[in-house]
Amino acid sequence: MFPCEITTMLIKTLTDRLSAADITPQEVYLNRRQFMAGSAGLLLPVSAIAALPAAKSPLSTSEKPNSRDDITSYNNYYEFGTGKDEPALYAQRLKTRPWTVTVDGEVAHARTFDIDSLLKMKLQERIYRLRCVEGWSMVIPWIGFPLADLLKQVQPTSRAKYVAFETALRPGEMPGVARRVLDWPYREGLRIDEAMHPLTILAVGLYGEVLPKQNGAPVRLVVPWKYGFKSIKSISRIHLLEKQPPTSWNMAAPNEYGFYSNVNPAVDHPRWSQATERRIGEFFKRKTLPFNGYGDQVAGLYRGMDLRRNF
Amino acid sequence: MADSTTLARPLALHWQQPGPRLFAAIKGSLFLVCLLPLAQLAWHILSGAAVNPIEDLTHGSGTWTLRFLLITLCVSPLRALGAPGWLLRLRRMLGLYAFFYACLHLLTYLWLDQFFDWAAIVRDIVKRPFITVGMLAFVLLLPLAITSTDGWIRRLKRNWGKLHRLVYVIAPLGVLHYLWLVKRDLQSPLIYAAILAALLLWRVWRYLRPTLAARVK
Ligand code: HEM
Repeated sequence: MFPCEITTMLIKTLTDRLSAADITPQEVYLNRRQFMAGSAGLLLPVSAIAALPAAKSPLSTSEKPNSRDDITSYNNYYEFGTGKDEPALYAQRLKTRPWTVTVDGEVAHARTFDIDSLLKMKLQERIYRLRCVEGWSMVIPWIGFPLADLLKQVQPTSRAKYVAFETALRPGEMPGVARRVLDWPYREGLRIDEAMHPLTILAVGLYGEVLPKQNGAPVRLVVPWKYGFKSIKSISRIHLLEKQPPTSWNMAAPNEYGFYSNVNPAVDHPRWSQATERRIGEFFKRKTLPFNGYGDQVAGLYRGMDLRRNF
Repeated sequence: MADSTTLARPLALHWQQPGPRLFAAIKGSLFLVCLLPLAQLAWHILSGAAVNPIEDLTHGSGTWTLRFLLITLCVSPLRALGAPGWLLRLRRMLGLYAFFYACLHLLTYLWLDQFFDWAAIVRDIVKRPFITVGMLAFVLLLPLAITSTDGWIRRLKRNWGKLHRLVYVIAPLGVLHYLWLVKRDLQSPLIYAAILAALLLWRVWRYLRPTLAARVK
């Protein structure tokens, strides 16, 4: 653990230096990527890096995004290990091409989408707050498209009440799944109205480029008013169904993680408070906002529901 | 050949019974070595390499509190395995380092996590079992740290040893604290639990050995 910490530390200090230099950003990313890949003991094809043009969106926050370094080196992605630094080190093994996403179940036209066709959807930049259930938060400039745009293409039937998502399971490429920390594959779910909400996106990019692997490449969900673990990474299947689907953290500890998991400062995690959060990069803690500050847009989805019971 | 035996004997002697100057050098080195985790943490944070520095400080100081507790508990078994007697004279420093890292850990929590919001802190201690247990471990460490001076050792006589057996309660509380706070991956706390169990079982075995031997006869 010790030597490993020191190595990541060194890599970070060096890459900080690189990004501090005022040369064209693209070159910086290239250097860094090659450097990181080399130091992790594997060379990855540089072809994975491509700029993604995206339109601005009024749904973006005007808050200052966290640095690309913060967003790509502090991750929870248990398929690559439970340490925050492990996804950045080990996710580079994941083969994100070829990649398909199957959308089936209660739909009129079940379809398997190739990742290239998803990259050709009308992309927007969405700068969102992300609040982790562990009590930290970031502001992240995602690039993606509304999940609704995809679901409309397959035409959900009237029985489609819920949407279930599944992460790809690749034991050969995911060192973390050798241990049953969670019941693999990782699974998440939304109610259909949550899934169709304009804030809910499938992200394929970050900071103007394709999504880094540690952030859930090639395609992940982003639901900004829910705790981060709801925003499932590296999706391989989307299944529409009538009943509420089982979800990974809820299966692991039903008293700690509910199906809804809306950000809610009034409902503590049984083992820690959710009233405040530490925005990465800030010294003082902030007050956590209901629905992570997206209450105006989403509170209506839960009218009449007891959010203490449906946590 | 003959040379090497004549050389090895005084070396072995030095090792078994170091003179005051050599012992002072050993003790001084150990003092510095025990500060390395702090130096590493400080460098990690001050170099700007940490994405969430306060979390790293909490985790680093907590981990090293637990490690120093376990290292302190290793002294007796090592002695029984043939380590030289002066090791016992270093044990107090190791225990005090456990206390030092515990203070750092607690201070991080009180200051950088709670910003001295005493109402919230009391609520946390009462409501969250992992904090309750950690706080209990810290409170129990206090009398041990206070009575670690030569004066207290003299004054308490045999009771000093009895008092310091509190570490057999503190270390398990520390492990329990760790087991109760992890989100999902129990691997590291279980490793510490296994090491602690071995260290404590060795003591049970040593305590029961005469009785067992008598029974066999
Ligand atoms: C002898 C006493 C203690 C020991 C041995 C100890 C040990 C530990 C260890 C090993 C960790 C986990 C580090 C990691 O995850 O890498 C930890 C975390 C923590 N400890 Fe302690 N601790 C002690 C006392 C306390 C006290 C008195 C408090 C506060 C009142 C406290 C609050 C915390 C907190 C808030 C965390 C982080 C929890 C999280 O990440 O969710 N600990 N401690």
